[in-house]
Amino acid sequence: MAERLKATKEMKRIMRRYYAQAKYAHYMGKKVAWITSGGPVEPLIAMNIIPVYPENHGAMLGASKKGGQLSEFAEGLGYSPDVCSYVKDDIASTITKESPIKGGLPQPDMLICSNNICGTVLKWYEIQARNFNVPLFIYDTPFVHTEFTEEAKEYIKEQTKEYILFLEKVMGRKFNYKKMDKVGRYSLQSMKLWKEILDTAAHKPSPMTAFDAFFHLALIVTLRGKKIVLRYYKTLLKELQERNTKNIGAVDNEKYRLLWDNLPIWFRMRWLSDKFANHQAALVADTYTQAWCGVIDYIDENDFLGTMGEAYTRIHLNVGVDQMADTIKDFIRKFDVDGLVMHSNRSCKPYSFGQYDIQNLIKDMDIPVLMIEADMTDDRKFSESQVEARIDAFMEVIKEKKRTK
Amino acid sequence: MITLGIDIGSLTAKGVLLKDNSILEKHLIQVGYNSKKAGDKLLAELLEKASIDRTEIARIVATGYGRNSIDFADKAVSEIICHGKGIHFLLPDTRTIIDIGGQDSKVIILNAKGTVVNFVMNDKCAAGTGRFLDVMARAMETEIQYFGELSLQSKNPAEISSVCTVFAESEIVSLVAKGENREDITSGIHLSIGRRIYSMVRRVGMVEPVAMSGGVALNIGVIDALEKLLKTEIKTSPLAQYGGALGAALLAVNE
Ligand code: SF4
Repeated sequence: MAERLKATKEMKRIMRRYYAQAKYAHYMGKKVAWITSGGPVEPLIAMNIIPVYPENHGAMLGASKKGGQLSEFAEGLGYSPDVCSYVKDDIASTITKESPIKGGLPQPDMLICSNNICGTVLKWYEIQARNFNVPLFIYDTPFVHTEFTEEAKEYIKEQTKEYILFLEKVMGRKFNYKKMDKVGRYSLQSMKLWKEILDTAAHKPSPMTAFDAFFHLALIVTLRGKKIVLRYYKTLLKELQERNTKNIGAVDNEKYRLLWDNLPIWFRMRWLSDKFANHQAALVADTYTQAWCGVIDYIDENDFLGTMGEAYTRIHLNVGVDQMADTIKDFIRKFDVDGLVMHSNRSCKPYSFGQYDIQNLIKDMDIPVLMIEADMTDDRKFSESQVEARIDAFMEVIKEKKRTK
Repeated sequence: MITLGIDIGSLTAKGVLLKDNSILEKHLIQVGYNSKKAGDKLLAELLEKASIDRTEIARIVATGYGRNSIDFADKAVSEIICHGKGIHFLLPDTRTIIDIGGQDSKVIILNAKGTVVNFVMNDKCAAGTGRFLDVMARAMETEIQYFGELSLQSKNPAEISSVCTVFAESEIVSLVAKGENREDITSGIHLSIGRRIYSMVRRVGMVEPVAMSGGVALNIGVIDALEKLLKTEIKTSPLAQYGGALGAALLAVNE
């Protein structure tokens, strides 16, 4: 087994410090905002507000195998089994305080919700706004079925203005445009670095796998706009580039390259990564972590605030299936993959709904596709022997195909 | 050279001994709860049936759900590849294979050379698997062997709309209560499973000719329903039930 990335340790330290700061924010006279993973976080950082991500917390709960149990608790409160498990985990954890962070997430002073990832978050944040009795801002992004229209552009600019007004009102002070300019630049730079990091996987053998990406993603999600992200990602990038010059792969004797679609299965990361590695297969890329650098081109570094709206509106989950399929095709070519693994995620409808259509749309790429039915945190939705049988069969088909080519 | 292929499914275990590219002997037993024990028993009985010694077998490949519990096998291979190989051997021009297993159904696409190029399996739900037929046969108090024939006698198949095995069962109970006749209900059941398979076939894209592998291929009701839905002839072989084990034995030759 190839060694773990050395940078990982530092990453854990940064995350620990971040959560400690968030936890003690109130003692330091700071305010905490809960925000959705695709939400515009930069203005918060410009206003010295500490952003906290219940979805990142959900991932942590999933990884510590608490997802099923917390979902069950939420279902006992009356939430439907079909509701996204991040929502159920968060609502349950707010009550039970079950969490890898002692006492659970720090209480929010405000909630920022953007529906660019799904419609579920609206209800989720409304519930939590009532629960904590704090103001809620909804950053409403129109869905980009085929094109991003002029009207949409105007609309989203208004949303940004309202957002700033909301923050000024809640904080009782003027918005800090000067700091915003700096934060915007950092944020864009970290997205670019993140892209460079993910692109190193185009090398054969790949120096990292999607499992590494899932792990290192936490920084760009939670802290983009902060300098520390730049520093850390530079270190990580250097390590990966070094691996590439020395031809060190993340998977021993990498023979097959795969692309992953949808969120990870947080509670089965190790198992899955071993399973694929045993077949000498590396998941070299994924559509999920790429989402945090897929919109770089829409951002003007000299006018982050004025252009971020378009970028936030055009992210992977807020565009039509045709465009999603095009993105997947690009990745298939760029990372030269032999197969596509689609996680049909019980929780995440916007991500999973179009997967069969996407399969049809990418038929001309002529690569085998595997569907794994699971959930990102709810381990009750996972059947090991079924998944195992499918992975083995899928890998054998890929092997046969490569052999007889 | 003699090779052995073993297919440990969720209900039955099958074994095929292959000698110089033809079948020397075959055997089938019930699995019970312990697939390892079933494997040992199958091997012992098969050796006796063929009157050969264990040492004469050059290589053994195991497949099916219990494949990893067969410790005397040289290799474990998934069912997809084995059914592909087995059916290509029995019905060489086949391009699409349908296999309805105890807890898994699959549709496999072969290229002209008989290499597996694509496949789909049912989702997590038991609808569309052999288990569905078992439960329904029990609900109708019919032996599974006669289940297919019974359905062929129907003139007016009943409508069974639920895809869920549990709900379909209660639908049947109410059809019986309404006085629908056995043949029509049974035919409705076969069409119901047929529709599940039909959508899987459409998902991968059917290439003719189509054949069925596995034990359910012996069920004429399923074949009939699939032929109607897919509008094509479904080929089978009397040895279809041994498709997976045969494929494993064939793979063992080249390992
Ligand atoms: S439904 Fe999907 S996008 Fe929405 S919160 Fe759940 S995982 Fe995130």
